[in-house]
Amino acid sequence: MIGWYTVVEVAVAAAAGVLCLVLGLFRVKPGDLSMGATALVELVLLGQLGIAIVAPLVGNSPTGSLLEFYIYLVVALLLPILAGFWALVERDRWSTVVLGVACLAIAVMAVRMNIIWTVQIA
Amino acid sequence: MSSDPTPSNPTAADSDAAAPSQSRRSLGVGRVLIVVYAILAIGATSRAVYQMATVYSTAPVAITLSALSGIIYIVATIALLRQSRTWYRVAWVTISFELLGVIVIGTLSILVPSVFVQGSGVDGTVWSYYGYGYLFIPLVLPVLGMLWLRSRRALFSAA
Repeated sequence: MIGWYTVVEVAVAAAAGVLCLVLGLFRVKPGDLSMGATALVELVLLGQLGIAIVAPLVGNSPTGSLLEFYIYLVVALLLPILAGFWALVERDRWSTVVLGVACLAIAVMAVRMNIIWTVQIA
Repeated sequence: MSSDPTPSNPTAADSDAAAPSQSRRSLGVGRVLIVVYAILAIGATSRAVYQMATVYSTAPVAITLSALSGIIYIVATIALLRQSRTWYRVAWVTISFELLGVIVIGTLSILVPSVFVQGSGVDGTVWSYYGYGYLFIPLVLPVLGMLWLRSRRALFSAA
C-alpha cells in the first residue's frame, strides 16, 4: 500500500465529512459543494481501488487478508453513491448531514483498510 | 363572518388524510440515524460473513454473535425506514435487543475475554468491549434510537 495515499484519502474523506456536517447544520440543502466533496471522496476511493489492484502485481502485497481489505473497499465505494442518491431524492439539510456521515465513515474505513494491508497484530 | 365556512372543512379533511405522508416526510434527523444504522448493519454483517468464511473455528461464539448482531442491525434499519405500527414495534424490540447485547456482551468480553475476543481480533463482535472497535457507536446508537422512537410515539400509538 502507498502510505501517503492513505493519508490523502483519510484527509479528503474527513474534510469532506466535516464540511458536509457543518453545511447540514447550517441548513444548507445538498448542492454543488457537498455533492462535489462527496464525489471527490469517491474519486479518491477509485484511485485506491486502482492501487489495490496494481500493488500486489509489483511486489507490494498486503500483510493481512486481501479479501477483508476488498470488503471494506467495496462498501466504502458504495457509500457515496447511496448517500448521494438519497441526497438527490430528498433534498433537505438532513441529506447534507447524511453525506457528511458517509464521508466520515469512509475516513474510518480507510484507516482500517490501511491497517489490514500493512499491520497485522494478531 | 362573511366568508363561507364550508371551504375550511375539505381543507381540514385533506390535512388529516395527508398526516401519514407528512410524518413520512418529516423523518428529518431520523434519516441520519437510519444511515448510521445501515452502515453498522453492512459493517457487522460483512465482517461476520468474512469471519465465518475464514477464522470461524477460532472463536465460534463471538463470530456467531457477530452474525446475529448484523442481522439485528439490518432488521432495525428496515424497521426505522418503514412507517407503520408493526414496524414501530419491531424497531423497539430490535433496538432494545441491541442495547441489551452491547451491555451484556460488553461486560462478558471483559470478564471472559477468551470466549468473546481471542482469535478474532479486538472487535470479535461489534459488542465486545462495549463497541470499542466501532468507536462506541453500538453503545450510543440504541440510546439515540430509543429517544427518536419515543419522540415519534404519538404517530403510532393511536389506531
